[in-house]
Amino acid sequence: MRLELQKRAQVSTLFSILSPLLALALTLVVGGIMFWALGKSPTGALYTFFVEPLLDVWSLHELVIKAAPLILIAVGLAICYRSNNWNIGAEGQFTIGAITGSILPVLYPEWHSPMILPLMLVMGMIGGALYAGIPAFLKIRCNTNEILTSLMLVYIAQLFLDWLVRGPWRDPQGYNFPQTKSFQVEAVLPEVLDSGRAHMGIVFTLLAAVLLWFMMRFMLKGFQVSVLGQSARAGRFAGFSAKNMVWFSMLLSGALAGLAGISEVSGSIGHLQPTISPGYGFTAIIVAFLGRLNPLGIVASGFVLALTYLGGEAAQLSIGISDKVSRVFQGLILFFVLSCDTLIHYRIRLIFNPSAATAEAKN
Amino acid sequence: MTVSEGPEAKPLLSIRGLTKFFGSFAACDSIDLDIGHGEIHALLGENGAGKSTLVKMLFGVLEPSAGSISWDGAPVTIASPGEARQRGIGMVFQHFSLFEALTVAENIALSLDARIPLAKIAEETATVSKAYGLPLDPSAHVADLSVGERQRIEIVRALLQNPKLIILDEPTSVLTPQEAERLFETLMRLKAEGRSVLYISHRLEEVRRICDRATVLRHGKVTGACDPKRETPASLARMMVGTEVAEVKREGLADTGEVLVEMKDVSVAPRTPFSVSLKDVSLKVRAGEVLAIAGVAGNGQSELFDALSGEYPIADEGRIRLRGRAVGRLGINGRRLVGAGFVPEERHGHAAVPGLPLSDNLLLARSRSDKKAFLSGGFLSVLRRDAIQSAARRICSVMDVRKSGEDPAAGSLSGGNLQKFIVGRELDRQPSVLVINQPTWGVDAGAASRIRQALIDLAKAGSAVIVISQDLDEIFEIATTIAVISDGKLSAPYPAGDLSMEQIGLLMGGIHESHFGGEARYAS
Repeated sequence: MRLELQKRAQVSTLFSILSPLLALALTLVVGGIMFWALGKSPTGALYTFFVEPLLDVWSLHELVIKAAPLILIAVGLAICYRSNNWNIGAEGQFTIGAITGSILPVLYPEWHSPMILPLMLVMGMIGGALYAGIPAFLKIRCNTNEILTSLMLVYIAQLFLDWLVRGPWRDPQGYNFPQTKSFQVEAVLPEVLDSGRAHMGIVFTLLAAVLLWFMMRFMLKGFQVSVLGQSARAGRFAGFSAKNMVWFSMLLSGALAGLAGISEVSGSIGHLQPTISPGYGFTAIIVAFLGRLNPLGIVASGFVLALTYLGGEAAQLSIGISDKVSRVFQGLILFFVLSCDTLIHYRIRLIFNPSAATAEAKN
Repeated sequence: MTVSEGPEAKPLLSIRGLTKFFGSFAACDSIDLDIGHGEIHALLGENGAGKSTLVKMLFGVLEPSAGSISWDGAPVTIASPGEARQRGIGMVFQHFSLFEALTVAENIALSLDARIPLAKIAEETATVSKAYGLPLDPSAHVADLSVGERQRIEIVRALLQNPKLIILDEPTSVLTPQEAERLFETLMRLKAEGRSVLYISHRLEEVRRICDRATVLRHGKVTGACDPKRETPASLARMMVGTEVAEVKREGLADTGEVLVEMKDVSVAPRTPFSVSLKDVSLKVRAGEVLAIAGVAGNGQSELFDALSGEYPIADEGRIRLRGRAVGRLGINGRRLVGAGFVPEERHGHAAVPGLPLSDNLLLARSRSDKKAFLSGGFLSVLRRDAIQSAARRICSVMDVRKSGEDPAAGSLSGGNLQKFIVGRELDRQPSVLVINQPTWGVDAGAASRIRQALIDLAKAGSAVIVISQDLDEIFEIATTIAVISDGKLSAPYPAGDLSMEQIGLLMGGIHESHFGGEARYAS
C-alpha cells in the first residue's frame, strides 16, 4: 500500500480556503506535542505563546513594530518571486540599508533639520537597492545563481556592520560598547499613536503593500512580472525583457528591504549595533509564501509571523524555554502551509496494488 | 500479400472493454480490439482520441481502470514494460529515448540484459539491421545520426527481443517521404514473418496503403473497425472526426503583389549547443502569397522563426525587411508595429502562458501594438480590462473557440481551440505579414481546416503569409510557393504546382536544386 498524489482537474476552492486553517491547526498540534515533550503544559504554553501577546496595548505595539519590517520586506520579495527571481538576501539588504541610512546621523550628529529624516530613508532605500543590484548584475552578466550570491552577501553585510560599530563608527563616549551614537531627535522616526512605541514604519509598509497590490493587479508592469515569472519564453514573445525584470524586481525588493532596515534602526533602536534584526529578512521569505505572494495576503501573514516572535519572547520570560522556539514555529508554519497547499492542486489516493501505480503519476 | 486471419481464428491480442479514467475523464472508454497473427493493424484517431493511452496500457506503462487483455488466448495483466517485453510486445515510441553521447550498440545494450557483452550486441545489431533493411552502424554515435536512423535504432532494439507484436506510435511523423517508404518495406517484411504490427497514425494515405485492418477511435471510444483498403481517405476522416471536414477553398489566391517580406543572406550562429545555425537564408514573399517552408523537425525552423519574429534580432539591420523597412535589429514589438504578426510553434509557454486567462494571453501579444486600446493612465500603463476582455470575446466568436467559462485559463483549452485563439489573436489585427510556425500541429481536423482557411483568406486580402510546417498535406493544401529548409539552409522557392512529394523529400534530405535541373524559380 502507498500514498499517491493525483492531480485535480480543477483547483479546489474548498482547500484554497481550508489549507491555511489546516496548516495552523497542524502547527498548533505539533507545537503542543513539542511543549509536552519539553515537560510543559501544552495548552498553557500555547496560550502564553499565541494569545497573551494580544491582550496588552503595549504588546500590540510591539506586534506592529515586528510586523512592519516583515511585511515591507516580504511584499518586495513577493514581486521578485512572482517574476522568478529568487532574492534570498533581504537580510543583507536590510543591513546595508540600515547602514547607508545611518550615514547622516552618525557622521553629522549636529545637523538639526527636518530634511534629515527623508534623506535617511531615501539613502537607506538606495543602499538596499544597490546591494541587491550585485546579485542582479552577476545574474545578468555571468549567469550566476542569485540564490547563492544574494545569500552569501548577507554574511558580508552583517560582518561589515559588525566591523563598523566596533571600529570607525563606534561612539567614543559609549563606554567601549560596540554601538554608534544615539541618533539626534530629528533623525528618529516619529510614533504613530501616543499610546505606544509603534512608529511610522508601519505606514510605509501598508502604503507599499497597497501600491504593489495595485501594480500587480491593474498595471502592465504587474502583468510583465507574472508573464516573465511563469514563462520566460512567452515573455520574450510578448517583447518583455527578462533582464530588465531582473533589475526591476531585485532593485525593488532591495530598496524595500533597505527602507525596512533604516526604519527599524531609526524608529525602534535609535542607533546602530552589531545585531539589528532577529532575522527579519529570512522570516520575510516565509511571510511572502504564507501570504501566497499576494501583497494584501502578506499583510495578514506578516502579523501571524510577528506573533511568533512575541510569543517566543513571552515563552522565554514566563515559562522559561529558549526563544529559539519561535524559529521552530516559523518553520512548522511554513512546512505545513506548503504541504497543505498541495491539496489545492492534488488529491491524495491510497494505492493498494503497488506494481501498476508507478507510471500513472507520470500522466 | 498474405491473407490475414480473421479475428475468429484465435487472435494474438484481444482486448475487451478496456477503460482508463484520469480522474473522472475517460481517456479510453470500453475499447474492444483484436489483432491477428501477421497483421498490420492501424489505430486511427485525432490528437487526444485516446490512442496513446490505449497503447500505454498494452505496454504496461499505464494500469487499466477496467477491462481485460488476452494474449494468445490467455487472459493477462501487463504490469510493467519489462513484462510486456517478456511476453513479446515491443514498442517504438514517438519520442525516442536515446542517449546522444553513446553509440548505437551502447544504447541498445541499455535495454537488454546487462550480462550480454557489448561486442555480441553490436554483432546482433548488425545482423538484424541488415536482415530487415534497416542499415545501421553499431559503432556510430547517436548524436551524428538523422532522425530516421534514430528511429531505426528503436526498431532494431525492439526486434532484438524477438517480439510477436510491435507497436509503432506515429512513426512517420518525423520522416521524409523516402525514409517512410523504407519503413514500410521493413513492416512488410515483419508481417511476412508472421509478426503483428499495431500502427498508430493519423495519416490516412499510408494507413490505406500498408494496413490490413483499422480501428478508429474518437473521444476514447471505438467509432469504427474497417478494412482501410476499401475506404476512401474521406470516409476514414469522417470516422475519425465524426463530421465532414470542410475542404479548404483556395480560389483567388494570386501572389502578384509587392514584396512585403524579404530576407537576404541571413546567417545566425547557433545560440545553444542544441540549436541549428541558419546559413545564408534568403526569401521574398509578396502580398497575396503563401510561402510554405517544409522540412523535417529540427532543421532550423525555430531559428528561422526567431530571426523573422525578432525574438532574437540579427546583427545586420538591412538583411530583413518588412514592408520595405529594414528591421533586422528591431525586437518583436517593433516588428509588430510595422504590421507583422507571429504565431510560434509551442502553444504552452511560448505563444501563450497556460496559467493565465485568455484575455491576459491576448494582451501578451498585443500590449504594444494595441497600446491605445488596451492601456490607459499614461506612464502607469493601467490595463483596460473591459476593452481587453471584449476583444478576447470577439476573437473567440470569430474563430469559434470552444471554452468553459467566460475567461478560462489558456491551459484549460484543448490544443485546437487554443490554437484557434492564438491565430485569431493575430488575424484580429489584420497583419500585413503573418509568420506562423506549425499552424496545426496537434490540432484536431476541424480546427486545422478552419485555421488553414483563415490563412488563405488573409493572403487573399493582400497579406504575405509564411507558414513553416512539417505537414506536407497541409503545405500542398495552402501554399502558393514552397521552399524547403534542411540543416539551416533554405532552398530556392518553387511554385507549389511544380513540386512533387518526391522532390520535396529529396530537398528535405538536403539534396539541393542542382540535382534536378534548373526548375528553381528565384523570386526576384
